[in-house]
Amino acid sequence: MDLLDTLLDPWRSGIDRRALLEVTLLGIACGALSFWIVAFRLSYPAESLAHGLLPGLVVAALLGIPLLVGAGAGVGVATAAVALAARDERIGADTATAVVVTGMFGLGALLALSPDAPARLGDLLFGDPLGVTDTDLAAAAGLIAVGGPLLLALHRPLCAVAFDPGTACSLGISAGLARAAVLGLLATALAVAVQGLGTLLVLAVLIAPAAAVGRHARSPGRAMGASAAIAVGAGIVGIYASAGLGTAAGASVALVLCLSVALSVVARRLGRGGRRRVWLAQAGRAFDGEP
Amino acid sequence: MSNVRAHSAVLGYGGQAVLSGLELSVEAGRSVCVLGPNGGGKTTLFRALTGDLAPLAGTLSVAGRPAYVAQTDRTRLDFPVSALDVALMGTLAAGRWWLPSRRTQRRTAFDSLARVGLGDVADAAFGELSGGQRQRVLIARALVQDARVVLLDEPLAGVDPASAERITSLFAELRAEGRTVLVSTHDVDSAAAFDLVLCLNGRQIAFDSPAKALSRSTLEQTYGSEIVVIEHGDRQIRAVTAKHHEH
Repeated sequence: MDLLDTLLDPWRSGIDRRALLEVTLLGIACGALSFWIVAFRLSYPAESLAHGLLPGLVVAALLGIPLLVGAGAGVGVATAAVALAARDERIGADTATAVVVTGMFGLGALLALSPDAPARLGDLLFGDPLGVTDTDLAAAAGLIAVGGPLLLALHRPLCAVAFDPGTACSLGISAGLARAAVLGLLATALAVAVQGLGTLLVLAVLIAPAAAVGRHARSPGRAMGASAAIAVGAGIVGIYASAGLGTAAGASVALVLCLSVALSVVARRLGRGGRRRVWLAQAGRAFDGEP
Repeated sequence: MSNVRAHSAVLGYGGQAVLSGLELSVEAGRSVCVLGPNGGGKTTLFRALTGDLAPLAGTLSVAGRPAYVAQTDRTRLDFPVSALDVALMGTLAAGRWWLPSRRTQRRTAFDSLARVGLGDVADAAFGELSGGQRQRVLIARALVQDARVVLLDEPLAGVDPASAERITSLFAELRAEGRTVLVSTHDVDSAAAFDLVLCLNGRQIAFDSPAKALSRSTLEQTYGSEIVVIEHGDRQIRAVTAKHHEH
């Protein structure tokens, strides 16, 4: 009974129930999307956008408008600034992105640390799943409602481009548009998920699930499903851990997500070691003339 | 009827010409061997023919959308797709990309895999196949496209002899079906088996029958010091000393 009570306790509290719902909804949407972010090698742009949207969040907090609006505007400005800076070939895309993102992050921190700022910088940086509102939950549900059908419709072109971008044109598909579609979904997911996990930790739910699945899946559909399941599971375990240990909820969720990647790597190495042992045993038998 | 036609075409990147002076006309059912050194413009020509690159000057036209078989090392071996999934990607060329693939399309993809001799590994992961098998899967994807023009970039590079034989016999089958086949290669000696030879080295050096295009002077203009001619009795063996890379 004690164990059952422990498991049900968070669901009895309104705050924890919202947090569990938020990580479940975000886990489904961001977990599935993480497969495409990793497949299109967009982890670095994802990190850049997540950090670059901080000024938008702070300005929204200062003006008293919903953080979701600020996050959306922040992603838009960060994307435009990175795209503009990257056009200068003398600087180079990576350097330009690093400079622009660091500058925007610094600007966000400057604004957040001003005496007029009502929101704590920590909430914006590390998020607070326990503080999500009905609007945040509706936004996360909306992300699934819009992103799900979009990913379904784009599934075949995204597979073709991720697998072999050089041939996409001869198949009548624009590799640039496919990449832009994933970037657009990434930007939207960032704007929504940053409420719960903050600009520094949100990346965990957008990268770690796919990294944990790695080469275990046999098809993109299964990889997306497994990524979503890992993200939801890690989110729920993180909230329980936070409630049980009294740790910060956002950081707990992010840590469990990263732990899932470490576990996956260990499992893969053990599996490879197991296969190697089987192969060595077979080779040994063959050497000994056994069948 | 010409399936591929070029007139004073100049191709390149960012305004910089990589290949100039293209004058081509290739009819249906003909095969063309594209020869050239590293950076000579072979891949650039193929990218322009797929529509990925617009000519900087002149005109370049292709009948329909060509099927393109790139080198296997351009594909992602860690992407979780089966051989059948890859062949099915060829159905995207027919449009309606937003719909799931139909049963008839899956049948066509499977038949194409069977045609290249890989019907028994249709469900195998692409990344776990041998280099020759992967090349044949990519050719199966091109067959699914049912294109009038098929472009193959170094299709025999690094493939096993069985795969090479199967791929070579496919060239003849595609020609017999009235398709135009363009194959880029470094194997100068294999060029004699094609209807036409196109020699490139930053510009069009020659475009003619193998008997005329494979002369010593043309090959020296095409490859410069990269070409080695070995006298072996009454037969000359020509070899290119460098490895291929993009352009």
